Amino acid sequence: MASEQDTECNVHKAIMGAPITAPEYQGSPLVLAEEPAVKPARKKVVTRTVSVRPFEPEAISGHLDERIFLYQKRRIFMIELKNIDVTFQNKTQTVQAVKDVSLVVDQGDIYGIVGYSGAGKSTLVRTINLLQRPTSGEVIVHGQRLVDLPPKELRASRKKIGMIFQHFNLMRSRTVAGNVAYPLRKSGLTKQEINQKVDELLELVGLADKKNTFPSQLSGGQKQRVAIARALANDPEVLLCDEATSALDPKTTNSILELLKDLNKKLNLTIVIITHEMQVVKEICNKVAVMENGEVVEKGDLVSIFTAPKNQLTKEFINTATHIDQALDKLAKHPTLLQLSKNDVLANITYVGESTSSPLIATLYAQFGVVTNILYGNVEILQETPIGNLIVVLSGEPAQREKAIAYLESNDVTVKLLDHNQKVVAFNKEKVV
Amino acid sequence: MNQFLQTYLPNVWEIQDEVIASVFETLYMVAVTAGIAGVLGILLGVVLVVTGPGGILEQPKLYDVLDNAVNVFRSVPFIIMLALIAPITRLIVGTSIGTSAAIVPLVVGTVPFYSRQIQNALLEVDHGVIEAAEAMGSSPLEIIFRVYLKEGLPSIIRVSSVTIINLIGLTAMAGAIGGGGLGNLAIARGYNRFQTDVTLVATGAILVIVFISQTIGNYLVKKTSH
Repeated sequence: MASEQDTECNVHKAIMGAPITAPEYQGSPLVLAEEPAVKPARKKVVTRTVSVRPFEPEAISGHLDERIFLYQKRRIFMIELKNIDVTFQNKTQTVQAVKDVSLVVDQGDIYGIVGYSGAGKSTLVRTINLLQRPTSGEVIVHGQRLVDLPPKELRASRKKIGMIFQHFNLMRSRTVAGNVAYPLRKSGLTKQEINQKVDELLELVGLADKKNTFPSQLSGGQKQRVAIARALANDPEVLLCDEATSALDPKTTNSILELLKDLNKKLNLTIVIITHEMQVVKEICNKVAVMENGEVVEKGDLVSIFTAPKNQLTKEFINTATHIDQALDKLAKHPTLLQLSKNDVLANITYVGESTSSPLIATLYAQFGVVTNILYGNVEILQETPIGNLIVVLSGEPAQREKAIAYLESNDVTVKLLDHNQKVVAFNKEKVV
Repeated sequence: MNQFLQTYLPNVWEIQDEVIASVFETLYMVAVTAGIAGVLGILLGVVLVVTGPGGILEQPKLYDVLDNAVNVFRSVPFIIMLALIAPITRLIVGTSIGTSAAIVPLVVGTVPFYSRQIQNALLEVDHGVIEAAEAMGSSPLEIIFRVYLKEGLPSIIRVSSVTIINLIGLTAMAGAIGGGGLGNLAIARGYNRFQTDVTLVATGAILVIVFISQTIGNYLVKKTSH
């Protein structure tokens, strides 16, 4: 896992053109040198915060081993959540919204957190900027242990963590420019500089012409763009998106996702996206975590989650995005599409990457005499990796079929025979027999 | 015109200077009370909002005390409040009779009502916006001044004009026990001496003041809403 992350991270940096190399972290050895080599009372050190200035590499806190570890890795994770628990308590009941969640988000990641409503994903993302204080656990953003920070420093850190919301949360009493300028007060910029910065930000999100309108005159997508501009005002390194596209129509959703993808590349912005739509994750994320009942049930990079989901819920989510379930439903409703005979089997074929290019289906017929009838097909390009998903009927002698399947599997194609108890087949069997 | 007044409003004509003075007394009481109670009421209202449940500086104990105090003071009928706090008035102003003396009970009667109105007005501000401000690193004071009071401005103006109209009603009552103003005129002159025309004119004057306040309020609400 770690090595995978490493290579991925390098790939990112190559793309972003901003490789993090040792010289950038020159400060760290100094900090290390200040500490005595042996710390007898470790526990005390853990709770101590060393925060010189927010978001500087020197600000790594924690005990010595951890710092050495981080230094050796030559990079700091952008966001680290360790064993986060959030428990809500009122007079009558206790709700554990987040249970022992640990996550690592790298610089430049677009990290998706999916789950149904009530899974605790919003609560989890709110712990990243401490809008929600975790009951226990650690939140480390760019090496800073946020939970330990005094209010003033926490506010300074929050300025470096942008956040956008499902309902935009713009201020009605301020114009678009006023909203974007809101977080820039006391930032040390002059009025003129603020004005210029606002112009740049609005240009960036494509709303330069709406500067002096009020939010009530904007469409949902435009409001979210203003919210994004506002969230970026203090040049944050992280952008948290809490269901940011859930109130938008599909077309607007796509344009907002495009914008986020663009910002990720242009500004090397790390993005955490909370959503209930796998479609969104598929569109822009490079890593994904699936949440259920407050727990992360599966996490990993997008392609491996998509191609080899282990958890039932993950599979469900992926099926909603690839439409395989819908396709099967449709097939069930239109039995004429399926005229299965004794020698036919219904199968779901999935393949990743290179196997797409060789003419497998032609080979099946030429070598094994197995005829393939494609009922449904879906090819996705995720992170530049094509992923195919087909529903086919394989017809041929059982022995030949076995060989054909073995051949496919030897070519890194996953073949899953669809359950014969399924409505689709059961219905047709009656008809055939 | 004079002929008309003399014929139909003979008593008013006789005491026309007193009528005009009463109008100014009422305006004086309303203006001074609105100034003092306005500041205190907004302060108390803001404290109620930020210390209340889910507020940015949640303080359940302080909130409970203030919340109950507001309820108690609001429950005392104003005419009784006038009598109740007369000793305090004497302590502050030196006398319990007269226009200036009326201001003390007027403030005490207005602040709880106004602070509750302000509290409700500020609670109308979308909680998401407050959360967004917190996420942007705003301090509690910034959130109060740059979000609550700014976003809530139309509602604040609306409840303020309601409160001023309410206050005009209270000045009439304060007038009845020696505070002067149009209330005093209507009761002491008009009612007690059977000079119905005086009562009518006093009522008319009060109505005009109410309508003007209402109109200004509506105009400002419209101007600040986006």
